[in-house]
Amino acid sequence: MSDAWAVRTTDLGKRYYLGEGEQYLALRDILAGVPRRLLGRGARAEPDSLWALRDVDLEIPKGEVVGILGRNGAGKSTFLKVLSRITHPTTGSVEIDGRVGSLLEVGTGFHPELTGRENVFLNGAILGMSGNEIRNRFDEIVEFSGVSEFLDTPVKRYSTGMYMRLAFAVAAHLEPEILLVDEVLAVGDAEFQRRCLGRMRELATAQGRTVVLVSHNLDAVSQLSRHSIWLDHGRVRDTGPTPEIVDAYLRSRQVGTAPGEWVDLEGRTRSTGDEVRITRARITVNGAPRVESNEPLAIEFDVEARKPVTLGGAMARLATIGGTRLLDAGTTEGPSIELPAGASRLRIELDRLPVAPGSYAVDLVITRVMGSGRKRGVFDLVEGALDVEAHATDASPAIDALVPVEAKVATVEHLGD
Amino acid sequence: MVRITPPSSWPGVNWSELIGNRELLWFLTWRDVQVRYKQTALGAAWAILQPLMAMAVFTVVLRRLAGVESDGIPYPLFAYAGLVAWTFHSTAVTQAANSLIMNERIIAKVYFPRLLIPVAAVGAVLVDFALAAIVLGVIMAIYGVAPGAEIVLLPLYLLVLFATTAGTGILLGAVNVRYRDVRYLLPFGMQMWLFASPIAYSTSLVPEAWQPVVAINPLVLAVEGMRHALLGTPAPSTAVTITGAIGATLFLVVGVKVFRRFETTFADDV
Repeated sequence: MSDAWAVRTTDLGKRYYLGEGEQYLALRDILAGVPRRLLGRGARAEPDSLWALRDVDLEIPKGEVVGILGRNGAGKSTFLKVLSRITHPTTGSVEIDGRVGSLLEVGTGFHPELTGRENVFLNGAILGMSGNEIRNRFDEIVEFSGVSEFLDTPVKRYSTGMYMRLAFAVAAHLEPEILLVDEVLAVGDAEFQRRCLGRMRELATAQGRTVVLVSHNLDAVSQLSRHSIWLDHGRVRDTGPTPEIVDAYLRSRQVGTAPGEWVDLEGRTRSTGDEVRITRARITVNGAPRVESNEPLAIEFDVEARKPVTLGGAMARLATIGGTRLLDAGTTEGPSIELPAGASRLRIELDRLPVAPGSYAVDLVITRVMGSGRKRGVFDLVEGALDVEAHATDASPAIDALVPVEAKVATVEHLGD
Repeated sequence: MVRITPPSSWPGVNWSELIGNRELLWFLTWRDVQVRYKQTALGAAWAILQPLMAMAVFTVVLRRLAGVESDGIPYPLFAYAGLVAWTFHSTAVTQAANSLIMNERIIAKVYFPRLLIPVAAVGAVLVDFALAAIVLGVIMAIYGVAPGAEIVLLPLYLLVLFATTAGTGILLGAVNVRYRDVRYLLPFGMQMWLFASPIAYSTSLVPEAWQPVVAINPLVLAVEGMRHALLGTPAPSTAVTITGAIGATLFLVVGVKVFRRFETTFADDV
């Protein structure tokens, strides 16, 4: 059967050149290079480059939901960007059989000055829907979003929740033959994530639909996809049934960042961090050589601000390796933190680490001061910034897997003899 | 079936893809119109005020003080006719030059033919152009000037204008993504271009031998032609017409070619 696959890649490679410092070139850099080139001196030094994808040969079968796993920087997002034609491959080729819709972000193209209604049309068109498709599904989209009363209000007056709901409603009604999804589940509250998952499942079970799903949330990938692809340093490390791949992937992860050791976060991919950027982080523990459950713990991280800013809060978000969030340590609502331009170090201290022994991931978040009229409250967010391996303390009580949380215990009612 | 491969260094234009996305072009144009007017206090009135105010300044400075001739047409009308074209050109080129940077989030997250972005930016300014053109009709009526049979040529001269404007905007938009110098060059460059175009003066002031040379700037043909079609001033000479038509075609072709070449790295550059 020749049409068994929806996506096929052959020798696919993508190389990025790593610029230093400046994000973009100015003409002077080119001009400055001219005399050197004319004199033939120093030839042209090959700039630093990085293969974000290398020798990727894959077939994604029609009608399957396929998960893509891998650490930060493994090439997952680049893979989706190449598939969705946002960026070009450097080598090899991709063949795609079917209409592609990509969802690398919800609300792409939303304009704050336009009303909810106008944004539905604009966003739908940008995501590849025709005017007729949008008109036909308009009522459904509005219904799904639950913001019908505010349709004629500019979205700049929406709360973050309303904004996300409307944006996702449009995305959820995109019905391409091949859907590429990146980390959409990482945003929003629990209810929002639940709806995203539900909608993904609907799409997945719908006839003939192919879904390629990238997520840090292994639990979500496990639930949705039967097969997964594991990318490692731009190469395909393994493919197969999801449970096996997830298992192998989890086993491969280094266990815990050693206390005191700085982890460089500068190069981590993220869509935030323009004004203030988290550059590195570490875990510190008083005295102990390892992180221990129920014992004090501090997380230190350095931030680099382009100009003086005021932080509304800083948080370390603890999640299971599977991606299920457990707790947020830090502040969200003041007191605000004044940062001068340049580098500063922040420290989040926990009296105790209230989780059972095991492996956890820490996301770091710094937020804006709320109510400043900004749509998104996040200055910078680094997912999986640190890995924490919480050990049982030697002094643990006999049942060492238990984390004591104060709770009242009482007999409420006698239910009979 | 779509096949994605590494781009060639001078990719051609995928016309069928562009045509397939005409609805999106419409939406992007409509958005640019909406957003521009929603963010201003006077809104669409700017489309008329800008050329009107420039007309007043030109009339006082150039006509009254310097005594510039205007091919027998009342100077304010003469200048306004040129300013309608110029205001469109300079606004549209500026908008298009910044359009890709303004849309960098979209470029980084969704694929569609990138050419739609600067074209939509130029298209949105057509609304201003239409409003300013209506006022031109009013001013013509006030001075009792009615177009003759030459008006049938108007679409051709408009085509020259649009090709020049779109070509320049597309080119600068693409270059701006990689070399942000464009932002600094643009205001100065447009000022020079205004002086090089027969907006406030008539090309008849330029020595005849030099006319084909200045006509390398296709706006010479566009503006003189529009005045000819609407106000009945002398028709542009054959030399000016040929040079201008070739010039306008070159602007468009070079603009699109350079755009397609730069386009392959937009998502990595923004």
